Amino acid sequence: MNHTILYVIGAVLYIVGAPFLGCLMDGVERKLSARMQGRIGPPVLQPWYDFIKLLNKQVVTVDRAQFFILMSYLVLMVMSGAMFFSGNDLLMTFFVLSTTGTFLYFAAIVPSSPYSSMAASRELIQEVCYEPAVLLLSVGFYLATGTFNARAVFTQNTSLVMFLPGFLAAYLFAMIIKLRISPFDVSTSHHAHQELVQGVTTEMGARNLALFKLAEWYEMVFLYGVVAIFILNSSPVSILAAVLVDLAVFFCFVLIDNTNARVKWENMLGLSWAVTGLCSGVNLLILMMIR
Amino acid sequence: MPVTVFLILFPLIWAFVIFAIRDNKVRGIAAYIGSGTIIAAVGVLFVQWLINGRVPIKMFYDTETADHFILTGEIVLMLVVTYLCFKYHKYWISILSIVPTLMLAYFELAGPELHKIPHVYIDHLSMLMCLIVGIIGGMIIVYAVGYMDGYAHHHPEFEDRRNYFLGLLFFFLSAMFGFVMSESLLWIDLFWETTSVCSFLLIGYTRTDEAVHNSFRALWMNLAGGVALAVGIIYFGYQSHTVAFHDLIDLSTQMHMAYCVLPVALIAFAALTKAAQYPFSTWLIGAMVAPTPSSALLHSATMVKAGIYVLLRLAPAMAGTLTGTMITFIGGFTFFVASIIAIGQSDGKRVLAFSTISNLGLMVACAGVGAPETVWAGVLLMIFHAVSKSLLFQDVGATENAIGSRDIEDMHGLLYRLPRLATFMFIGIAGMFLAPFGMLISKWSALRAAVDESNILLVLFIVFGSATTSFYWTKWMGKLISRSHETGDRLKDITKRNEVVSLTVHAALMILLCILVPFISKVYVDPLLIEMFGKYEDVLPMGVLYTMIVVIAFVFLVPIFSYFIGRKMRANVKLTYMSGINTGDNTMFVDSLGEPKRLWLSNYYFRSFIHPHQLRIFSQILTTAVLLVMMSMIIGGAL
Amino acid sequence: MGKVKKSPWLLHYDGSSCNGCDIEVLATLTPVYDAERFGVVNTGDPLQADILMITGGINQQNAPVVKQLYDQMPRPKVVVAVGTCACSGGVFRECYNMLGGADSTIPIDIYVPGCAARPESIMDGIMKAVELFQKRSDEHDRYEKEHKGEAGPVDPNINTARDKVRMKEMKGAADV
Repeated sequence: MNHTILYVIGAVLYIVGAPFLGCLMDGVERKLSARMQGRIGPPVLQPWYDFIKLLNKQVVTVDRAQFFILMSYLVLMVMSGAMFFSGNDLLMTFFVLSTTGTFLYFAAIVPSSPYSSMAASRELIQEVCYEPAVLLLSVGFYLATGTFNARAVFTQNTSLVMFLPGFLAAYLFAMIIKLRISPFDVSTSHHAHQELVQGVTTEMGARNLALFKLAEWYEMVFLYGVVAIFILNSSPVSILAAVLVDLAVFFCFVLIDNTNARVKWENMLGLSWAVTGLCSGVNLLILMMIR
Repeated sequence: MPVTVFLILFPLIWAFVIFAIRDNKVRGIAAYIGSGTIIAAVGVLFVQWLINGRVPIKMFYDTETADHFILTGEIVLMLVVTYLCFKYHKYWISILSIVPTLMLAYFELAGPELHKIPHVYIDHLSMLMCLIVGIIGGMIIVYAVGYMDGYAHHHPEFEDRRNYFLGLLFFFLSAMFGFVMSESLLWIDLFWETTSVCSFLLIGYTRTDEAVHNSFRALWMNLAGGVALAVGIIYFGYQSHTVAFHDLIDLSTQMHMAYCVLPVALIAFAALTKAAQYPFSTWLIGAMVAPTPSSALLHSATMVKAGIYVLLRLAPAMAGTLTGTMITFIGGFTFFVASIIAIGQSDGKRVLAFSTISNLGLMVACAGVGAPETVWAGVLLMIFHAVSKSLLFQDVGATENAIGSRDIEDMHGLLYRLPRLATFMFIGIAGMFLAPFGMLISKWSALRAAVDESNILLVLFIVFGSATTSFYWTKWMGKLISRSHETGDRLKDITKRNEVVSLTVHAALMILLCILVPFISKVYVDPLLIEMFGKYEDVLPMGVLYTMIVVIAFVFLVPIFSYFIGRKMRANVKLTYMSGINTGDNTMFVDSLGEPKRLWLSNYYFRSFIHPHQLRIFSQILTTAVLLVMMSMIIGGAL
Repeated sequence: MGKVKKSPWLLHYDGSSCNGCDIEVLATLTPVYDAERFGVVNTGDPLQADILMITGGINQQNAPVVKQLYDQMPRPKVVVAVGTCACSGGVFRECYNMLGGADSTIPIDIYVPGCAARPESIMDGIMKAVELFQKRSDEHDRYEKEHKGEAGPVDPNINTARDKVRMKEMKGAADV
């Protein structure tokens, strides 16, 4: 019973805290990027200022349907994250996550705008790229722990990364795609504009963009949270280790973002499937053999 | 007369009645009465079965006269097929019909003395099939009456044989009822051949060269399966002196009789042809030359489901055997490859056809693994697939009548042009793949079972296949809801009333099924598994169940709720961004010559990336090789 | 009432400029000047922009484009004309196809002179625009508060999506 309360607290903490944490991470990322480029960079709280400004602007839209689709996108994103942080079924969570992605696709394609539609199609390709990796991650998790429930990590004696290094590699690769980090920012870039203007967010202004940003922060915290399940185990020290690993991953992603040029989607698709198939596949094979 | 017999005989007689009526109006009414009666009869059967405590219905132990009728039926079918093969100069195909029929005739007349068995046996699985065939099939006939009127009107180049078409549909239903209710493998064989011939006749309806060619391809592939079935039955009959389907399963699962391996493999092989798995998938694609109602019937309620039904029945016998491995591989492979090919298609009906093959692949793989979890997934998939595919085929047909095209590219903004049809289509597609609806929870279960069985190939197939599956569905849905790049005016919805009735019933069924998944699983599918495996397996943990209910509530309510909030909110509507050269209505921009130019948006089809033709050839060669090698291993091991 | 001035997002539009000013505008984003330390983001999308920055003069062909981009920006918004050409038409002023500076087409708030305008002065212009942006935002908020639930003031530059008038204007522009 005590545990149930813990998991509820986990979900509540996520729902309340993730926007702030995600916002902070976003800010640190921008600052770090700027430092890597030899610039001073914006204040760490810059994403928060942007968010407040977007909410303060005149409400504009290109298509009235956009708001409700984006709202659904946000709520489902929060929900999949909350499902994860309350230690729920991992596979189910990822299925819900892919439904969430579908809503983003709808939001981008509904106005029938050239840039936004093309970016929406690319977003869909990104989904095809990362989905196998996250689904396989839950398969690997199941093999290692015997359940799909994420809370099982707290009963493990050793960190899962010992059994699932290939899955971690594939997941990290998929995460680059999911977070739209260069070289895989084909559907939209974070800061400056690209050949598709602002990609999926091209037709989102003011409040709509604020909703998107919020969902992005939730997503970020969720995805970094998934990295932690590779590290966490029954000992409390592992929490510290998980945080450190997350920070390392975060730093590496910023570095990758700043040192890679965007690839074509064909390369993205081929690369991601190859990495997923090889890393996860081999790991899966080994796991099944030693079982 | 018992309802079971009524369900077989009534559509059969009604087929001839319909065929004989020349007046279109009267025939339409007769068809409504017929399908209404069928649905009512299925309902009565279901209720009777429920009242009797869902005990399997076993009937007709002594059926010498009926057996003679069955044999006569087989011979008549053989003669029909032979006649048609000679008429169209496809002589060799007739061999595929003559040989098994003569073998069976010999077996029946001069074969071993058989044990007394019930000839009709209705358990949970058969009952489920009866419901699917009766309700979906009945509704398709209602739809077909209206559709065929329009079809005859739009296609004056084809001979108007509506009476023949509608009659065939009833005939088909009769054969399907017979098929799913029969326990005797000899009876099953007759109905099996009848469905093959029915689909052959439906595909060739228009009598164009293409239709004739495709129909003969469907015929020979299904007859080849029929040969395997007949050989399997006869071998089993000689070895065990019984031809009851359940005996075959029991003997192989409980007694571990070595002689059961071969019949199981042969019957499973036959089911592969019916279920249009690689390398036999081409017949189902070719079947699309026929009018839409026949596609709807072939893809959802009948024909391909016959293959799945047989495989699900065989599932316990296939678990952990070489046959199971073979079936699982073929199914998983088909699931993956067909979904990739579907990405490259823009014709709505072709996408549906490939998605049928792909989804059937998943069901086949589920049956091949033969674990309770996968059979659970397979059964649920079958239910969802039947409703959703029937809905989608009918809807694409109605849309084609209204906009004159069934290309997905032409369905851009359909939600604003034909709101009703587009909504139905949306529901159908959502039911096919979106979380948390039925297909998805089945995938969840299938994936877990595949891991449990350490079937790494199947895991990879499911994982990659589900990504590609959602790709082609999502982009279709996106097309429907995009603001129109045409004028965006509403089109006249010329869907006939009976078509709307059928579509509405299907859509309502779809939504009900989505909401009731946990309930159906507990009340129906779990007992089915107990019956099949003799033990109870809690396939769906309560945690997942609760999560699912919450997710379902969210996915339904959040968009609705935010829709109503969004409607009230003030918002300034701006032009879409086209680098500042939007001409003012979001459908045109100014080109470099200063002239307005219409915007045209298209989906990705990866035509330069996926080569459907090469991919198909490759898969056919690969699967043929796998089938050949595995079948020879199985046969070699058994003999 | 938010501190919107901490997050000015730019939309840079290049009129009929010689590209000198455009290069300077980009230079303000480079590490030497680093406009992002003030929260400036060079977005390419009018729907997300707060400050429209125009370089180069306005001619017959790009006048409707500038108008449309301006219309697409949500209020409050500020327009900065960067460089002599955008301010007055510059050396191109007397050309047959020129309408003049950016103010011939849309209202300009800040003028940044120079040929080409130096990054320092562009920065200065942006800072001025930011202050104005904050002021307008406050006015916007006050207005929203006072007129809760009412439709906003009619902005002559805002068109609804289905407005076909614009199309005629376009054609007219192209005919000249």
